[in-house]
Formats: sequence, C-alpha cells, structure tokens
Amino acid sequence: MAEKTFTVPIGPIHPALKEIESFILTVDGERVIKVDLDLGYSHRGLEYVVTHRCNPIQAIYIAERICGICSTSHPYAYVQSMEHAADITPPERAEIIRAIIAELERIHSHILWAGVAAHEIGFDTLLHWTWMIRENVLDVLETITGNRVSYAMYTIGGVRRDIDEKGIRQIRASAKYYREVFDKLVEVFVEDTTVKMRTRDIGILTREEAERQVAVGPTARGSGVPKDVRYDKPYSAYADLEIYPILPDEFTHEETKGDVYDRIVVRIFEVLQSVHILEDLCDLLETTPGPITYQQNLVVVLNQLKRAVGEGIGRHEAPRGEVFHYSMLNKREQPVVWKVRAPTYNNYASWIPMMKGAQIADIPIVIASIDPCLSCADRMTVVDERTGESKVMTLQQMREMGWRKTKEIRRRVK
Amino acid sequence: MVKRRVGMGPSPYKDDDVTYAYNGKKVIAVDGDELWRKIKENFGDEVEGEVKTFTAGVKRKKEYKEIWLKISRERFHDLVKWMNEIQPPHLAVASGRDAGEEIELIYHFSLFYGIRGREISVNVKVSLPKNDPVIDTITDVIPGALITEREKQEMLGIKVRNIPDPRRVFTSDELPEGYYPWRNDNDPEVEKEVVRDLSKEGL
Repeated sequence: MAEKTFTVPIGPIHPALKEIESFILTVDGERVIKVDLDLGYSHRGLEYVVTHRCNPIQAIYIAERICGICSTSHPYAYVQSMEHAADITPPERAEIIRAIIAELERIHSHILWAGVAAHEIGFDTLLHWTWMIRENVLDVLETITGNRVSYAMYTIGGVRRDIDEKGIRQIRASAKYYREVFDKLVEVFVEDTTVKMRTRDIGILTREEAERQVAVGPTARGSGVPKDVRYDKPYSAYADLEIYPILPDEFTHEETKGDVYDRIVVRIFEVLQSVHILEDLCDLLETTPGPITYQQNLVVVLNQLKRAVGEGIGRHEAPRGEVFHYSMLNKREQPVVWKVRAPTYNNYASWIPMMKGAQIADIPIVIASIDPCLSCADRMTVVDERTGESKVMTLQQMREMGWRKTKEIRRRVK
Repeated sequence: MVKRRVGMGPSPYKDDDVTYAYNGKKVIAVDGDELWRKIKENFGDEVEGEVKTFTAGVKRKKEYKEIWLKISRERFHDLVKWMNEIQPPHLAVASGRDAGEEIELIYHFSLFYGIRGREISVNVKVSLPKNDPVIDTITDVIPGALITEREKQEMLGIKVRNIPDPRRVFTSDELPEGYYPWRNDNDPEVEKEVVRDLSKEGL
C-alpha cells in the first residue's frame, strides 16, 4: 500500500481543457488505476441568475455566453424550450437559418478540436494548418451574423437576421472549399500511420459503458452508439433532411473499438456531413421565402411570455453532443425554472473508464478526446501508490511525455 | 477519396423501427400513444400524464411526441427498471423546482434512440414532501445518473437513498450547510451572505 500520497496541481490554462476541473488519478508507476473527478470550479450559478433577475429575452444572451465555442447550441435549445412552454411556432425560414448557423458552427468546432488533438500528440504544424482552414467558416459566420463567435442570431419565435443572396453564395463557396480540403484532412488525421498508432487502443470506452453512462455526441458515436438528436428526433429544418449518425466502422472498415482514433474518425467525417447538410439547407432556403420571426415587436413577445403558463424542453445536437434545456413559465417576469444540461455534463463519467489503464503520457489526448467544454482550464492531481517519493508534475511535463511517445512511434514507423 | 454523400441518405444501419442495444437486445420502436398505453397498462392509476404532439420540418413536416407523466416516488424506480427492459434509457438530466410544500423532480428520459425519427422523450415528475425529501437512487439501473443525482442533492436539498457517492459536484465547499440555491425558502440572512450582485457592487 501507499506509504505516502501526493497531490499535484496541473494547469490551470490549457487549450484542450477549456474549463476548470480536477482529476485525481491513482497511479501505479505509469499506469492509471483509479480516477476521481472534482468538478464545479467554474460553476457560476447562471440558472439562479436567470430565474431571479432576467426576463426570457435577456436569458437568450446569458445562454449564448455559457460556451464560447458552441455559442449557438445553448440559445438553440433554449429558444426551443421557451417556444414549447409558451406555445409559439417560429416561421419556416427561421427554422432553416437556425440549422444553417448550427452547422457552420459544427464545422468550426470540429476543426478547432482536430487542431487541439494534433497539439496534444505533438503535431504543431497540423494544429496551425487546421486552424488556418477554420478561418474560412469563421469569415462566413462573420459576414452573416456580424460576429466570429456569439452570433446573437436566435430569438424566441425566430431569428434576428436574414441570410440574403450574397450570404447564400458565400456559404456555398465555403462548402466547396471544405470539400476541397477534406481529402487532405482525411489524409493527415485518418490515414496517417503515426496518428493511428498513437491513438489506436487508447482511452477505450466500450459500447456498453457509453450507453450505461449515457454518453452523448461523438463520444457515444465513437463507441458505436447510433445516437444523434438530428436523426433520433429531427427538429427544425433537420426533419426535411435525411441524416444518419456517423459511426467509425463505416470508414475504418474495422471493428469499432471506442478508442481515441474512433472518435477522431467520427469528428472528421462529421465535417463532411455538415458540408452536405449546408448545401441542402441552402437549396431549401432559396425556395422558402417568408418572415424570419413570428413577431417583430419584442414588447409583444415579452408580454406573451409574461402571461404564459407552461413548460417545455429543447434539445439540439451540438458539436459535442446533445444540449438539453428545460424551461418553465408561470406568469412571472422571469422563467420559474431553467435547467441547462451541456453535453460534457453527460460525458464526464466516460472519462473514468477511458483513463483506467492508460499511461500518464496518454492522459492529455484522452481528456481532449471527448472535446470537453466545461468552462476554462484544468488541474490534475496525481496520487502515486507505490513510491514514497514526491514529485511535482506540470501539465507541460505531461504533455512533453506525450510528445516523446509520439516521436518514438514515428521512429518506429520510419 | 470520399465521393458519396457521407452522413446523408438512407441509413446504413438498422432503420426500420428496429435497433439493437449494446447487449444485442432487439429494440422495436412504438408510437408515443402506444408507449403511453403500455405505461398505463403496467402502472395503472399510479401514473397520470399526457402525450404532447409537436411538428418539425419545413417542406416535409414530421410529427414527434413527448410523454409527460407524474408518478409516486415508491413506483419511480420500478418505472425506470421497466423502461430499462425496453432499451437502456437515455437520461438527459433531472431538473427540479421548489413547488411550495413539495419539491418536484423531473427526470428527462428518452427511449428508442438509434431509430430514425422515432425517439420519444419521457419526462417523469416525482414529488417529494419537504419534510422528508428522500428518493431512491437509479444509478443501479443507469450508472450515468450519478452526477445529476449529486447535483439535485446540493441544489434542492433532497436525499438520494443508496447513492454511491454523496459529495457535492458544482457548489463550493464554502457554501453553508442547509442552503440550497434552487429552493425558495432559504434563510434571507444566509441568502444575503451567499448571493452577491456583482454589477451592483461595481465589479
């Protein structure tokens, strides 16, 4: 048994770990044998703020600021839940625009993640290349919405800005661009021998664990669970499209293992899927004229919401998985209940089986592989069971261990 | 390399109202009304609720259904086990509110994921009296429910019986015992200590 245990804070700021959480790993030499999580370092009580201080329209902008990367996902789910609670139907054109913004966001989020993953395993050239190609979609978003992130497009009962001819042309041009660079993306992430050797059989989440731990999004799909809200329960304009969930075995032609490599494959091919969805949505948008909100006057909307009694849920397939919002209105200025469930909330528990048996050098990529979105940095606590010696390990040191491992694999490949 | 429309078109997986759970168990989707009838059949007068219908889509409208029901806390665990027999249910989250004399929990499950357009949300409400806010854990059926159960304990002051890990998740250790952020009946003195409006303080 342990003669002495020690705790080491690692982080706190790191691009893969966009928010603060703490891992307590019990290690036996290099192997992780027990994992514990300590969460909530960035819990800001937004639900409390909204139910005590904000009206439902103001809450949209609070929802938008829950996450900087998937900044449309929360408003998307939130406005759906409010519309169900107050019995409001948004016009058709708004439903299409909502889906377009969400898909543009998925492209930028997945490419951003791919760059982070490349950095974690020591391919910094790849990091810069992927983030360079990500600029294209950010430019499109900026033209359409006015912002690179936090687009402020969604409102209860519709969207706030229309997409004109020029915008559609730009989306199509962007779709064409991503089709062109996609082969390169596959070449460097999916077909590359070093990446494959470095990520195969690491951080395994079996299908059973994924279903029982209610994992969502690419984390679940990487383990072979065909779960995707756009497919299971189509909403908005997604009901017009025939979408099916991307599972890794379709592309690897191997048995699904649920490891980091499978999750990379899922995310890379979802970029192409989003490109197809965007092209279909552009066709749909061109043939669907009409208003973009059910009521332009926000005072009227607010009065209706203030009088409404009801409850509703909103679900959206964000880049990281299902976002879930529950709202309840009961003749009050503020919503009575607002519950926000981000995808990472469900994926936390998946880390535990993934990290068990992993090497410390693999921990950064395993953590990054679920694309965590908690809120801004991280800490890791290492408890050594065997040695009595105490040493401090920073995340930088750990990442360097990861890079060394990649270099060794590379040498073996050459 | 990839020429066909990836992720679009007919599914390469099982599509026709059938999917398979991780243990190979065959899952056959049923309509929302039919599922509600089955729940009624098994739980009789102990459940009350309704089936809500919504429409999605632009040119091709599609209907989808949600079940909203209320059940006693004694039978709640049985309902979860009953759903688990159909398919390991997806638990989105449990939300809750302070409803005066009672605390109302809402567990948002869904069944029949993995089948195109057939998923049904099952929202289960359970009321707990404030003087005895105890509910059984469902982590024995759905291990992934742990974090949401821990969160309900710290936010609403309920007790989850047999919970494997009762620690706090999101609130800090400095938060005084007996203060629950989502409750309306907190001591105003403690509330004043805990809640600060930073914009009014000029921060």
